Parts: sequence; C-alpha cells; structure tokens
Amino acid sequence: MNILVVGLNHDTAGVEIREKVAFDGTKLGNAVNTLKGFPEIKENIILSTCNRVEIYANTDNTESAGKRIIDFLSGFHNIAKETLEQSLYIHNGRNAVRHIFRVGGSLDSMIVGEPQILGQLKDAFDFAHKVKSTGIFLNHLMKDAFSVAKRIRNETKIAEGAVSISFAAVELARKIFEDLSMESFMLIGAGEMAELAAKHLIQNGVKDVLVTNRTFQRAEELATEFNGKAVEFDKFLDALIHTDIVICSTGAPHYILHKTDMQKIMKQRKNKPMFIIDISVPRNVEPEINDLDNIYLYDVDDLQGVIKTNIEERRKEQERAERIVDEEVEAFLRWQDTLSAVPTIVALREKAESIRKEELEKFFRKHHTMKEEEIRAIEAMTNVIINKLIHSPTVALKGETENKEEMVALIRRLYGINEEK
Amino acid sequence: MHIELNVWFFELALTLYFIAAIIGVIELFKGSHATTRAVFILSGIGFILHTANVITRYLKGGHIPITNIHEASSFFSWSIIFLFFLLEYKYKLRLLGAFVMPMVLILMLSSSVFPREIEELNPLLSSYWFGIHTVLAFLGNAAFTIAFGVAIMYLLQERYLKSKRLSGLFLRLPNLQILDEANYRLISIGFPLLTLAIITGSIWANTAMGRYWRWDPKEVWALTTWLIYALVLHLRVTIGWRGRKAAILSIIGFILVIFTLFGVNLILKGYHAF
Repeated sequence: MNILVVGLNHDTAGVEIREKVAFDGTKLGNAVNTLKGFPEIKENIILSTCNRVEIYANTDNTESAGKRIIDFLSGFHNIAKETLEQSLYIHNGRNAVRHIFRVGGSLDSMIVGEPQILGQLKDAFDFAHKVKSTGIFLNHLMKDAFSVAKRIRNETKIAEGAVSISFAAVELARKIFEDLSMESFMLIGAGEMAELAAKHLIQNGVKDVLVTNRTFQRAEELATEFNGKAVEFDKFLDALIHTDIVICSTGAPHYILHKTDMQKIMKQRKNKPMFIIDISVPRNVEPEINDLDNIYLYDVDDLQGVIKTNIEERRKEQERAERIVDEEVEAFLRWQDTLSAVPTIVALREKAESIRKEELEKFFRKHHTMKEEEIRAIEAMTNVIINKLIHSPTVALKGETENKEEMVALIRRLYGINEEK
Repeated sequence: MHIELNVWFFELALTLYFIAAIIGVIELFKGSHATTRAVFILSGIGFILHTANVITRYLKGGHIPITNIHEASSFFSWSIIFLFFLLEYKYKLRLLGAFVMPMVLILMLSSSVFPREIEELNPLLSSYWFGIHTVLAFLGNAAFTIAFGVAIMYLLQERYLKSKRLSGLFLRLPNLQILDEANYRLISIGFPLLTLAIITGSIWANTAMGRYWRWDPKEVWALTTWLIYALVLHLRVTIGWRGRKAAILSIIGFILVIFTLFGVNLILKGYHAF
C-alpha cells in the first residue's frame, strides 16, 4: 500500500510531448481500465489537462508498478520510452502525497493559484470513481487533496489578484465602480484579447454593451454576440458621453481618442468616472488622458505591470500554502499508518482487553465476597473468550494481501476502532 | 478616593478607543479581516461605555452634558463614532475605522486632560435651544469629520489607480465610487445639521442676549465653514465637481471645522465657551 505518482507537466515536458501523452476523449476510459487490469496496480486515477498528465496509483510494489506505467504510457501513446523518461517524474510515499496535494492546491500550476486545476482533479477523480478504479486509499487521498485545496484558498491569498489581462481589467473596474451591472461598456474595435476582456466584464455584470468598428458589419456581429448594440464608427465619440468602461483595440496606427475630445466628453457627463483600457498596439488612446480627473486609462503595459505585481504577491503567499501542505501530508500519513495490519491488530486487542477489564471490575464490585481462586478462574476464562473472539480477525488481517486496506477498514469499522485523525 | 461611575465609563471607553486606534494604524500597514473586526468590536464596546458615560452625566447634572471642554470633546467623539457605525451599516467601507479611530482618540485624549466636574449650569445656557444648538452642531461636525476620513481614503485610492502601483493598501481600500458617494452623503447630512445649528444658535442668542447675530469669531468661522460646504454641494450638483475635487474641498472644509471648534477658542476670544 503506497502512493505512486508518474507524470509530466509544463515544467518537464514541451507541448508536443504533452499533446501526445494527453488522454482525451475515449482514451481516458480505455487507459483507466487497462491500468485497472494490471496486478501491481490496485487503484488508479488519471489526471489529464493541457498542462499535465499524471497517473496516481496505489501499489504494493512501487518499482514494478512504475515500470509498468511507463511501459503502458509508451505503448498506449506510441512514444519511445527514452523520450518519455526524460520528461517524466516519479514520486512515491510522502513525496507522492505532497505532490498530489500541491497539484490540487494549485501550487504546481504554471500560474500559481489558478483555479481550474482543482476542478480538473475533481473530474479525474469522479471519472475513476465511476469506473471503480479507486478504492478506500485513493478515495481518502483525494478527499484530503480537495480539503487541502480549500484550506489553501481560504487561509492564503494565493488565488487573489488577477493574473491575466482580462481579469485585471475586471478587477480594476471593480476598484473604480461599485456595481458593474450599473455601468455601460463600449468595445471599440475587435481582437482576441479585447473580446475576452469584454466577455469577462459582461460575465461580471456589465449589461449595457455598445460595439463600434470601422466595418459596421463586424460591429453588428460582435454586438449580437455580446447582446449589445452596434454604433457607427464616426458616431462613437457621442456615445462615449454615456459610457463608463471602454475597451479600445483597433488596428489604427494613430490615436483615435484625444485628450481634447475627452475633456469635452467629461464636461458633458458631469465628470462621471470613466475607465478606459487601451489594448491596441500601437496605442489608440492618447496617454495624457490619464491626467484628466475621473478618467483612469490603462494600456497593455500597465495591465502587464498589474499582473506582474499580482504574481509576486502570490509567490509570497506560496510559502504559507506549502506549510499547510506539509501539515496535511503528515496527517494523511498518520491515517495511512492506521490502515496497515499491525497497528490494527494491536488496537483490536487493546479494545477487547479494555472491555474485559471494565466488565470484570463492575462484576467484582457487585460480588465482592468472591474468593481468590474464583476471581482467578473468571479472569482466565474471560481472557480465553476474547482471545478466541479476536483470533479470526487477526488471522484475516495477517493473511489478507489482495484487499488489505479494505479488510483493515472493515475490521476497524466493525469493531469500532477509530481512525486517529 | 471614590471614583464616580461616569468617570469609570469614560476611562474604559478611552482605553478601548486607544487600543482600537492602535490596531487601526497597524491595519493600514498590515491589515487582515481580523484587524478590521478587532477595530470594529473594540470601538463598538467603547461606544456603548461612552454612551453610558454620557447618560450618567446627563442624569447626574440634569442637562445635556456639553457644558465644558471635557464634555464637548467627549460628546464630539461620541457623535463621530455614532455616525461611523451608521455609515458602516450602510456602506461597509471596512478600512474607515483605521482612519476615524485615531481622530477620535486625539479628541478623547484632549477631552481627558480637562477638568471633569459636572458644573452648575450657567443660567445663560439653561434654555433648550442651547441643547438643540450644541447637539446639532456636534452631529454636523461629526459628519464632516468622517467625510474628511473618507476623502483621505478616496485620495489615496485615486492616487493608487492613477499611478498604477496597485499593491498594499490599494487592495483593501474600497472602490472609488462608494467612497465618493459616502463623502457626498456625509456632507449632505452634515450641511443641514450645521444650518440648523446656526439657526437654533441665533434663536438662542436672541432669547438669551437679545440679538440674533453678533459677529462673534465663532459665528464668523462657522459661517465660513457653512459656505464652503454649500459650495461643495453646489459645485457637485451643477458642474459635477465630484471625486478628487470634492474630496479636496471636503478636506478644506474639515480644516475650517477644526479651526471653528478649537482654533477660535485658542487664538480669538468670543462668548462661546467652546
């Protein structure tokens, strides 16, 4: 009974290898079932995302199980073993537990603290659980991994602060406006990053959406997509009077928004605050506009700067998260100990013995006139009874090799021996 | 020596405000949910004790306890915290306590160095116009004081956003809109209170001394303060002087408030005791 992790991630393998090794679609089911068929591997879970592919296994023989998994990966994906081995990492025991907790807690992610990995891990586990490739051991490990992730999220600020342009835009908007659903928004131009930022703003409550573009048809298309209104390009300045958040991303090689325009607009809107995000390169919004009161202008470099600060903040939080992981690894290992046969046998005997002692005391208190030899005889007899009673579970625990954890857990449950946790 | 109950209440409230203010200052540099809650709870318990102090003094003296400098400073602090809790209930600005409590502490400490006897009421003051006048004036000025704290928060947050260095306090300060709104709300509460305080004051002056307005320095400065806040409100409504400009004006207004309350007494002479 030992945890084994075999895997690769964005650090150890390039995207061309990660693509090949990914278990997408029906491959995942086949792979989990194949692994289930190997005698060394008692339980398994496969986590496959675009940044990592990892196999978690419960095995009694980490060495041969490791070899088996590498052979399997190489055969399944048709990759030379040597290539694969260069990118793979293998952990077992304490390191494996720590690794899984760190993955779930998003400490091993490319962007530390990113939230998706936890959902992906949950999906991987749910799938394995459904096809019954997991048992008591990995179930417990996963349950712990999820609660570690939750603790890290609650107790550290590792997931705080936007680390992408579009999230940074939303976060800044929230520091300017109280309620995004009350603000109107205009997208000037188009482009992947701008559209993504627009989407995030809308997801975060912005309802009143305007889109403008040099090609009016394109504006109309995007307006339909965002459930907004298209504005003709030569009229967008007028529309700005009623716009609070602007994302600008046109291909124009010059400024399309000048300080003098904005001064007039601000007067007309009675200085209601405006947040302008200029994603265009070269810039489309005159930078001096930021000097005007109640206008906050951010260009791509500014947003990158915000992201950089946030990433540094997350790094500082990482240390605290690592300490949480360390604590939880130890707790898990303590639980794992209780799963092995010997401590269970000891606990079983102690339990029986304590019941015997307790009952004897009660009995002798009631019958205090008893003679010495009678007392001895009763003591001997009760001893024999408990020995006989615990004999078979003891033998079963010692003998069982196939499903030892289940057996241990079952006996602990039947006899009411609590896990130490 | 027997220590009076109201003095006990005062000392305890002062102690709690003191701790709250220190935690508040710490919070500015290294804050968390725990420090915010600590400031809130400590000032809340302090406020209850402080209220008990005001009530016991009222019961003992038989008149609203705003008759000497000790009582005036203390009641001013009480009004500030009272409005602070009302504002927190509505706007939940959180960090506000860290800005308000140090000001309260300074007021309470200055209150504590003045004699605490409950005085016989000067017959001149024994008019209910006097009570209404002082209570209104202090509540109005308390609103301006908190508006000042909110304005400082606004200016800080605005500076962070304009300079694009977004770390530290930026993360914990509320958004600009709500700070601007709270500032506006406070001034629009403080302004009518001050207006009424000036009106009731002159009615009282007329009944007590036969004249509505005597160009006493206190009166002149209160009028100046009134004009400044009238301007703040006017400019906001007509040409949209909000945000930074409104914040700066409300800071100037607060300086006048403080001068009217304390400076006039220290530098100029008049018939207002405080």
